[in-house]
Amino acid sequence: MINSSQDNAPLLEVDRLSVDYGLKGVSSRAIDRVSFALRAGEAVGLVGESGSGKTTTAMAIAGLLSPNARVSGGEVRYRGKRLPIDDDAAMRPHRWSETSVVFQGAMNALNPVHRIIKQIAEPCVLKLGMSRVEATARARELLELVGIPADRGAAYPHELSGGMRQRVMIAMALACRPSIVIGDEPTTALDVITQAQILKLLGDLRSQLNLALILITHDLSVVAEACDRVMIMYSGRLVEDGTVAEIFGKPKHPYTRLLIDSIPNPANGKKVIRHIPGDPPSLVNRPSGCAFHPRCPSAMGVCQTEVPSLTGVGRGRVACHLHRFLQEDKVAAHA
Amino acid sequence: MRIVIRAIVTLLMVGVLNFVLFRIIPGDPAKLLLGGARSSVTAEQMQALRQNWGLDRPLFPDQVIDYLSATIQGNLGYSFKFRGRHVADLILERLPATIALVGLAQLIAIPWGVMLGLYAGWRRGGAVDHIATATSLALYSTPSFWLGMLLVVVFSTALGWFPGYGAYSPGAITGSLGSFLDYLLHLTLPVTAVALGLIGQYVVVARAAMSDVVTEDYMVTARAKGLTNRQMLMRHAFRNAMLPVVTLIALNLGYVVAGAITIEAVFAWPGIGGLTVEALNARDYPVLQGIFLLLGASIVVANLVADLAYGFLDPRVRQ
Repeated sequence: MINSSQDNAPLLEVDRLSVDYGLKGVSSRAIDRVSFALRAGEAVGLVGESGSGKTTTAMAIAGLLSPNARVSGGEVRYRGKRLPIDDDAAMRPHRWSETSVVFQGAMNALNPVHRIIKQIAEPCVLKLGMSRVEATARARELLELVGIPADRGAAYPHELSGGMRQRVMIAMALACRPSIVIGDEPTTALDVITQAQILKLLGDLRSQLNLALILITHDLSVVAEACDRVMIMYSGRLVEDGTVAEIFGKPKHPYTRLLIDSIPNPANGKKVIRHIPGDPPSLVNRPSGCAFHPRCPSAMGVCQTEVPSLTGVGRGRVACHLHRFLQEDKVAAHA
Repeated sequence: MRIVIRAIVTLLMVGVLNFVLFRIIPGDPAKLLLGGARSSVTAEQMQALRQNWGLDRPLFPDQVIDYLSATIQGNLGYSFKFRGRHVADLILERLPATIALVGLAQLIAIPWGVMLGLYAGWRRGGAVDHIATATSLALYSTPSFWLGMLLVVVFSTALGWFPGYGAYSPGAITGSLGSFLDYLLHLTLPVTAVALGLIGQYVVVARAAMSDVVTEDYMVTARAKGLTNRQMLMRHAFRNAMLPVVTLIALNLGYVVAGAITIEAVFAWPGIGGLTVEALNARDYPVLQGIFLLLGASIVVANLVADLAYGFLDPRVRQ
């Protein structure tokens, strides 16, 4: 179905997407003009602190915005076609068959009163129109695929360990052969060993099935392990986007740099962990200009008044006035 | 199996407690039974009476064992008021009326109350939710006897649509179709009074259960899987929301037998509740003891049913 010329076309395009949450008359912008593209088979980490808009971005892509959310600008395109992300009913056929989600803490994400095989088979019956027998066979295959013996399908969620439940969640996410899987903090509740196993499983499945992966996390080490590309969000805006090597080796945005400095790295003998001074901004009352300027060590006058745009620097993109000036200087020097 | 054994042990405890409760009431049963004739009875005759009834033997263990073994054999003793009659017979005679009253009220209240409550919880903040919740809270917190009196005043005294007293019109021929319809007519107001209170209770509990379920993570998963609202409700929300509701229904089953004492008193309904009031007024301790035993036993059985039903519905408590 997909010819070679389309292979390089983005699978998913998020184009200047803004989402507002309305609460008792007060409206706050959760994400502000977020733009990025995702290619088939690509793994992208979406990183930011709580309230940075990473989850809202991902839920918007999956068409799972809550009823009090409103798309106030921009759009999301899947294989070039606009997704009706603000229309719950119209979004239904797109869900799970194009983009599926591996939710965090799979304990509560699985229904406690149904056997796991039934929960995995459910979308196969309802969305793919399979018979119960076919769907069960498919669910058994999926269980084996994620490393669970198919006979364990008769178990209820509470009878499985946290890691096993996360595997079940992954098997369920693959049921309708989606091309994008969103991992919403998929390893947060797990111990490090299990976390590594789950990340490896996601990586293996990704190459095996040519899945595009969006990993939402606040854990940079997870991103370093599992992703090709990293997008850093701050206060609802995308502030930096680059390959894992670029972001970790040469972070451009001051916020990214501070984030990376805050990771303890015993191998480098780095014992002192630096924290970022100040508090994350409120979404109702976002600082003017660059939202990071009150906490930024390199803030300039222009940072307080003008929102920096996300512009290409090298192979990545960064939204920082500092780099715009550096760029202009370079251009001037070359001239 | 363990819960069944636990239920049996609890039943025995109910029996012992019932025994103790009626022994610590001050007064001599022999004197009480003789009533007005007490003055003309000699001390020797009184002593002979006590001996005859085994009241001279120690309470523990002789009398307890006597009581328990007689109870297990279905002998609940003899009534003071209805002289010479078996307590068990008296209770069995009154039981059908109570089961008809409370059972019918439950049959009406369960589907209406549960459906309304689940719907209100599913559409929280909607018009149905506002109306159902406000009405239910009012009904739930209203004493049912007061509701009963109100119904009598309006529909019996003022409008004269339904009889407000007893189970049969005077002179009704039992066994005919006419008498059955007459019975149903008499049932209407007391059943309504009991059912309204129950509906309030079911709506409140079912709504709370459903409101909790809709915020659960697995409902987000169900939505993400592309299920329609109806599929989300029927496949994922319903069974989880029914867990606390089923427990409540099973526990309420205990009260089908125990009756609605105040409602039966208001409507002079010839059921267990009415019998309780009559026995209480006549200080008919054997009958009261029998009723208490029935009440305790039905609550224990209802709890057992609740446990079993919950285990059947929720795999997490299955053993």
